[in-house]
Amino acid sequence: MLEVSELHLWRGDRHLLRGLNLSLAPGEAMQLLWPNGTGKTSLLRTIAGFLYPESGHVRWQGQSIDQDRDAFHRDLAYQGHGTALKADLSATENLRFACDLRHETSAAQIHDALDRVGLQGLRPDLPVRSLSAGQQRRVSLARVMLWKARLWLLDEPASNLDASGQQILRDLLERHLRGGGLALLAAHQAVPLDSAACRLSHSPGATA
Amino acid sequence: MSSLQSSAWRAASTVIRRDLLLAFRRPGEWLQPLAFFLIVTLLFPLSTDPELARLRQLAPAALWVALLLASMLALDFLFREDANDGTLEQLALSGQPFAVLLLAKTATHWMLTGLPLAVVAPLAAVALGAPASSVPQVLVTLLLGSVSLSLIGSIGAGLTLGVRRSGALLSLLVLPLAIPTLVFGARATQLAMVGESVAGPLYLLGALAVLGLTLAPLAAAAAVRISLE
Repeated sequence: MLEVSELHLWRGDRHLLRGLNLSLAPGEAMQLLWPNGTGKTSLLRTIAGFLYPESGHVRWQGQSIDQDRDAFHRDLAYQGHGTALKADLSATENLRFACDLRHETSAAQIHDALDRVGLQGLRPDLPVRSLSAGQQRRVSLARVMLWKARLWLLDEPASNLDASGQQILRDLLERHLRGGGLALLAAHQAVPLDSAACRLSHSPGATA
Repeated sequence: MSSLQSSAWRAASTVIRRDLLLAFRRPGEWLQPLAFFLIVTLLFPLSTDPELARLRQLAPAALWVALLLASMLALDFLFREDANDGTLEQLALSGQPFAVLLLAKTATHWMLTGLPLAVVAPLAAVALGAPASSVPQVLVTLLLGSVSLSLIGSIGAGLTLGVRRSGALLSLLVLPLAIPTLVFGARATQLAMVGESVAGPLYLLGALAVLGLTLAPLAAAAAVRISLE
């Protein structure tokens, strides 16, 4: 359960989030479709713990995230603007290192994840720098999946993805929600999820 | 608790293996400071009277100033790329102690820049007139000194991540902090070259390295977190 209550955030001299409230239960997703520059990314970064709000709380499983950040982060998969992939390493190597940081992951699981994001035909030694932007985005989706985190914070996950890539993103999200996961997405276009548990938020003022 | 500790170790060794593999794929990056060091030490005999007695006097200063500047040059590789591509954010969110991961990065960075510099430097010292018998002592001095320099540098590199052209600012932040290392390091090298006991300054260099090892990772972690805001 993720709860954000009475969040006030200033960036420089702009009062970006004014008393924002938001809550997500297991199996629920929310897509933030706010206009540009209204604080989507800042909200995700505040929840992840990079930004410190002027007032208000972010609670995970009833506990403020400040109490045990490391434990909260183990439940969290965050995908920001950067791909966080190393251009000189192959997709498999990138995933291997990203997973080893958190928990044991077998080579088969990594192979399986690459299959699932539609990158099965990739030459294993191909460095990520020679992949297209959309393929790189798919690799980072595979990473989010492999982390097995309960809460996904995804910033513009559909950018650079083609139609089949967006279908894959949709499938991953729905599987995640069915398994009791939570997801908060910042996007300029809603990912069309079938799940009834997906809410859309169109402006920072209108969030429940 | 022990499983948490072992996962922190695994995460740290993952960071080390990844950074070594990346360095192996791109050797140019960490060879640059080494080449820079050799050129600077070469410039000294060229810019002065190439008389051996005179060079011998200059050698400790030349070695240490060149080492300091070369390790400054190398610092830009420490966190910059990981900050740009978002890897540093992912390290901060990995649920592992951030200071340990940054220490692992700094340790790898030292293996790739500090260690080769410390190994090559005694050769430069011999070229500048140091007796061959002083090489082991000079090597130990430089090894200890370069550990301190890498650790101090990690704080500066963390603090200047948010600055676009950070070279000059980084030097302004780090060089004053490196003065004790420079003073005792140059003194130890000087004593080694005239064949006297280097124990005194060497102990102090060791103390500085231990101080850096205990405090610098925490300070670097705090500095990088601020830069990630």
